[in-house]
Amino acid sequence: MIWVLVIHVVVAAVAAMLGSRLCARVFWVALIAPASTVVWAIAKASDAHDGTPIVQHRDWIPELGLDFRFVVDEFALMMLFIVGGIGVLVMAYASQYFDDEEGLGRFTALLTIFAGAMTGLVTADSLLMIFVFWELTSITSYGLIGFKDTKSAARGAATQALIITGAGGLALLAGLILLRISTDSSTLSGLESVEVGGTIASSAAVLILIGCFTKSAQVPFHGWLPGAMSAPTPVSAYLHSATMVKAGVFLVARLAPHLAELGPWRPMTLGFGLATMVWGGYRALRQTDLKLLLAYGTVSQLGMLVAVLGAGESKLLFAGTALLAAHAVFKASLFMVVGIVDHSTHTREISELSGLRRAMPVVAVTAAVGGASMAGIIGLAGFLAKEAAILGLLQSKIAGIDLATAVFVGASALTAAYTVRFLVGAFGDVPDVETPMHRPGVLLVAPAALLVIPTVVFGIADGWATTLVADASGALDDKAATFDLKLWPGITTAFVLSLLAVGGGLALYAIRRPIEQVQTRLGRDRDAADLFQDGLQGVLHGAARVVGVIQPGSLPLYLAVILVAVFTLPLLLILGDSGLPADRVFAESPLQTAVVGATMVAALLLALAQRRFAAVLLLGTVGLGSASLFVIQGAPDLALTQLLVETVSVAIYVFVLRHLTSRFKAPQLSGANLLRAGVAALVGTTVFLLTITVVADRTAEPVDAELTARSYSEADGSNVVNVTLVDFRGFDTVGEALVLVVAAVGVVALVRANRGSDGSDLGRPAASTEDAHG
Amino acid sequence: MAEQRRDRQSHLTSLTLGDPSVVLDTTLNAVFHTIIVFSLFLHFAGHNAPGGGFIAGLVAGAGLILRVITGRETLRSRIAIPPHLLLGAGVLLVTGTALTSLVLGNALLEHHTWELDIPVLGTAKTTSALPFDTGIYLVVVGVIAALIEALVAEPGAADAAESEEPG
Repeated sequence: MIWVLVIHVVVAAVAAMLGSRLCARVFWVALIAPASTVVWAIAKASDAHDGTPIVQHRDWIPELGLDFRFVVDEFALMMLFIVGGIGVLVMAYASQYFDDEEGLGRFTALLTIFAGAMTGLVTADSLLMIFVFWELTSITSYGLIGFKDTKSAARGAATQALIITGAGGLALLAGLILLRISTDSSTLSGLESVEVGGTIASSAAVLILIGCFTKSAQVPFHGWLPGAMSAPTPVSAYLHSATMVKAGVFLVARLAPHLAELGPWRPMTLGFGLATMVWGGYRALRQTDLKLLLAYGTVSQLGMLVAVLGAGESKLLFAGTALLAAHAVFKASLFMVVGIVDHSTHTREISELSGLRRAMPVVAVTAAVGGASMAGIIGLAGFLAKEAAILGLLQSKIAGIDLATAVFVGASALTAAYTVRFLVGAFGDVPDVETPMHRPGVLLVAPAALLVIPTVVFGIADGWATTLVADASGALDDKAATFDLKLWPGITTAFVLSLLAVGGGLALYAIRRPIEQVQTRLGRDRDAADLFQDGLQGVLHGAARVVGVIQPGSLPLYLAVILVAVFTLPLLLILGDSGLPADRVFAESPLQTAVVGATMVAALLLALAQRRFAAVLLLGTVGLGSASLFVIQGAPDLALTQLLVETVSVAIYVFVLRHLTSRFKAPQLSGANLLRAGVAALVGTTVFLLTITVVADRTAEPVDAELTARSYSEADGSNVVNVTLVDFRGFDTVGEALVLVVAAVGVVALVRANRGSDGSDLGRPAASTEDAHG
Repeated sequence: MAEQRRDRQSHLTSLTLGDPSVVLDTTLNAVFHTIIVFSLFLHFAGHNAPGGGFIAGLVAGAGLILRVITGRETLRSRIAIPPHLLLGAGVLLVTGTALTSLVLGNALLEHHTWELDIPVLGTAKTTSALPFDTGIYLVVVGVIAALIEALVAEPGAADAAESEEPG
């Protein structure tokens, strides 16, 4: 498994490098990556079917429970086939979908990394590792949706997807951590042997579900998915129908057997799932853009998956697994069909498409089969799955399940209705419209058509389908393996409900005009995308206001706030305490007193100085005073350093002074100045009192004795100061060196920015400008 | 206002413009190399006597400042090595030394000591703290050089700034 992931990374790197040279053929290179997933899955299929999952483990950060630990059971195996298989087809499809354009290398690399992340996500066992892969899919999806980065719509959609799924990712992370705290298990497989319960576990469940809902586009987080349709179609077919949006569903399926008994779990999955199913179907009914229609259809189907799998009962897990597989196959195929239509006719508007049935019969049949499977027509995989789901719902003992079943059937009718709308819209005739088109290439049609095969084969060979689904869902829940899918179930309640759904759908389609009128009359309903935009704008405006208040841009004010904040508390503590310590020491020798006295005089003169040059010299004098104190204390290194710093900084001040007037503003007794004097007095007093108190109240042993003792024996240096800098506290020094560099870069940038603004940069010689680029 | 202008002009003259003083230039040129050698001495002595990369870097930086205020050559030729190279090399050395010990399986920044027998001169002892300290040296010199370069505009640029000001 680890090697499969390595292959993805390597292939992504190679694709990124070859992108500009190979153009669209780069997808054939990238195809290796998902193909490796499929090959691995086939090679290991027999191993995993023994009932004992394949476990691969490599430590990464064991202290955090963050390890490359992969457990491949039959459910993961099925996901691998979906991720890898559809991945291969999408890559082949993309090689013809794209003309040679800019940025294909980057695009292919992202798509490959995404495939790798998805492969890791469905096989990872460590909860944190799942999160890592989860975020990786969000990030790559950002780059993929925003592929056409010159279009603001694409950028906006990408940002929206990233913000929503990223926020959900944070909720997921919190949920996974809480889950780990409440169960003491850092892996998925570890959940099987523990009892889950309690408030923490319930909070964990809620947070995890929020994460899953954002990723799987559940109401009210679904807004990003239709927006993501601005991505190229291969991305939509792969990420936004077959794989990434399934990540949330996948995690729900994985956790449902363990967490479904927790209080908030079922109300959330059933409630949000069914609401999404209905809302998605309703919205799909009024779309005129084929791709958007499918996108809302996907939202609806994802809701169905969450509702069915989230219930956590064996029968529904079984049915949900079947739905998951069937949906991945037919939805990828349908998206590819939309891509073909778009590619050949340059439009996706229903009203502009006419006569495609005759012009591209293979595509039309492909779409018809995929659509029929989506609507649940007997003889196709979609029917078997939906039938099992209705049967599961009927037999379920969850509270309120009757209502859920009714909603489910109603939403299925919506599904059938928008399927007809899709098929008729794409391949039907519009009077007086002849759509100009060119013939689609073989590589565009073949992947879509190939996906029809499993839909039909598994739809008819119900025994094979049963084996597959029972094995996969058996990995989630042992009892799920005992159910079966039936091609002809006989006239049962479930079958009647299935017929009702399809019939209802046809009826809904028949009365589409009145429905459209009603939808129009209800007005342009505010969708989640609008809410998101409003929310985002609100946050940005609020932030701008807050920043305007707390960041007025006055350096003296910032300094005053910082100083007062830092020094008030110590002052209060000292004053509130018993006062100054009894054994306080003001000076150890008369020499110290003399030096400090001179320094104080210099400082006072500094505050009163009117010429800048005098101020700089006095500042240097104050520094020299400290250096003298170090000399008196017998600290040559410190004294030397202080002396040099003072020297260099005086010189540098002088350089700066050239750009300033020679005098300060004439001092005056204003309120602002008094305030400054007050702050200065506060700081001075506090530092003085603090120093006296701290030196007298020492409780810990000074470190110097230990450092001196270890200096030569351990670090082979007899200059303790230097040994401390380069060895004992070497890491601090690294940080300080970096700070120095950053400060230097900052100063240079600031000076140059100022110079540029008044236009005087023009006179700068070439040598310095070169430096700016170097 | 006119007085202030003259003030600024006089500062400029004394620092970067005006007639180069032969005595000053010659003296500083002689002193400069002494200062650099002295800074190297402080640098290598640092592990066992007062000194070390930081101090030595400051000494070299002070030398650099002296060199800059001699007026004969252009600023760039007076600094000789571009500051960003100094900074980059310094950071590379510092982090590189820190990480090397990590890669070799020791703790971060764990230093190693070697003893070299040099004929005639005797035994020299050195530790892997030396390249680390050298990195610090380069960073400090680089920072000072960068500040000088940023703040001491070429005379031409300074002139342009002066003449553009409404007066």
